[in-house]
Amino acid sequence: MTGDDKHLPLEDIHAAAGARFGAFAGWSMPLTYPAGVMKEHLHTREHVGLFDISHMKLFEVSGPEAVALLDRACPLDAATLEITQSKLTFFLNEAGGILDDLIVTRLGDTRFMVVANAGNAVADEKHLRALAANFDVKVEPLDRVFLAIQGPEAWAALSRAGLETGSLLFMHGIEPRKNWFMSRSGYTGEDGFEIGLPEADARELVASLLGDERVLWIGLAARDSLRLEAGLCLHGQDITPEIDPAAAALMWAIPKEIRASGTFIGADALRAAVERGLAQKRVGLKPEGRQPVRAGAALFDADGNPAGHVTSGGFGPSVGHPVAMGYVATPLAKPGTRVFADVRGTKIPVDISSLPFTPHRYRKG
Amino acid sequence: MAKIYFTADHEWLSVEGGIATVGITDYAQEQLGDLVFVELPETGKKLAKGDTAVVVESVKAASDVYAPVDGEITEANGTLSSDPSLVNSAATGAGWLWKMKLADESQLASLMDEAAYKAHIA
Repeated sequence: MTGDDKHLPLEDIHAAAGARFGAFAGWSMPLTYPAGVMKEHLHTREHVGLFDISHMKLFEVSGPEAVALLDRACPLDAATLEITQSKLTFFLNEAGGILDDLIVTRLGDTRFMVVANAGNAVADEKHLRALAANFDVKVEPLDRVFLAIQGPEAWAALSRAGLETGSLLFMHGIEPRKNWFMSRSGYTGEDGFEIGLPEADARELVASLLGDERVLWIGLAARDSLRLEAGLCLHGQDITPEIDPAAAALMWAIPKEIRASGTFIGADALRAAVERGLAQKRVGLKPEGRQPVRAGAALFDADGNPAGHVTSGGFGPSVGHPVAMGYVATPLAKPGTRVFADVRGTKIPVDISSLPFTPHRYRKG
Repeated sequence: MAKIYFTADHEWLSVEGGIATVGITDYAQEQLGDLVFVELPETGKKLAKGDTAVVVESVKAASDVYAPVDGEITEANGTLSSDPSLVNSAATGAGWLWKMKLADESQLASLMDEAAYKAHIA
């Protein structure tokens, strides 16, 4: 940890809860709490995990040309989003590479919430502001604490804390109170919520939630193992500015008409890439045995030829075996295909696996 | 009666009859978090002080455990293959990692005793 890391507004609460801190994306973040990564992970899948994700950034984009700006910045048809509807999308570079993955939620006719990753927040803001100069819009970074409440009992814990989530469905977001933004979403594969709110309100909500024995603080280590089991990408590892949404197997996030005729940044390059066909594709990887295969490990086919590489890897506490994802040559990208990962000179058999490793349990209706 | 030594890298050695049983300290297992895999050395492997003897893997990361002195592996703790969490629950007992025949017992003199180790982690 360096002295330059930014500190969470609720850092005192995490320290009092016994958090072990570490640096991530320029922030000093709770990595684990005394329960430990294994228990924290399993607790989230069984009950409720509370995560401080204030390192992520919320931007409000508003104005008569908000739709036009977003359609230019992202492979998105913002006009077709219903009010409260959220969508996974991206900022792409001119080559079609993923600068960041984002969740955009329509708050009103001309008002949207954009949630960006911590490590890219500064670049995202610069990027969005530069584009916004050509449109009649306002881009406003919001000063909020951002909490994720995840797990099958998340709704019940929020209800007990006085926050009814009622008819809110997965990938929808609302403003339940002044300066609050709450969406039914998350990055664990479980039902859950993300709430952006002012610090004073956050302190009250956290105190109330922690009074419920079903709720436990969860650190970044378990957040990573949860998202990996759920097959979700981490920007900077599984998706980067060198990888386009097609190779990342994320084209489902781009509406068909937009793929064909959208005028978003990177549209031409992405269309050309799809037409050319993919050299490599993102896949799930299930190592045989108990030894984890981690990011950076090279993959080989049965004849020893280079076949790809691992971008995320670790142990999946819920599935009880190592889990990973990475990129392999397209002909190998079929579930069941066996490849081999080089781990410290030993070749570990790894099977291409469908994602997610643990079924998503979102509340879709 | 076995004599206990510690290293600055958070290992313990219990030495008796020229054989050292080696593990990581409770402080080290706490820092690492829940272990999910231990890559054990083969019996007969000769190690020089500072060589990687074992790799312990937590949910999140892999960490090397170094040979604290020169010697030859006489036994690895096979129980850890099926239950790596023993290193967390009993770091200084059933969670030992390997046994080695010391090549040069005079190397033990450079290691810490318990009081010095406690001061080291304080």
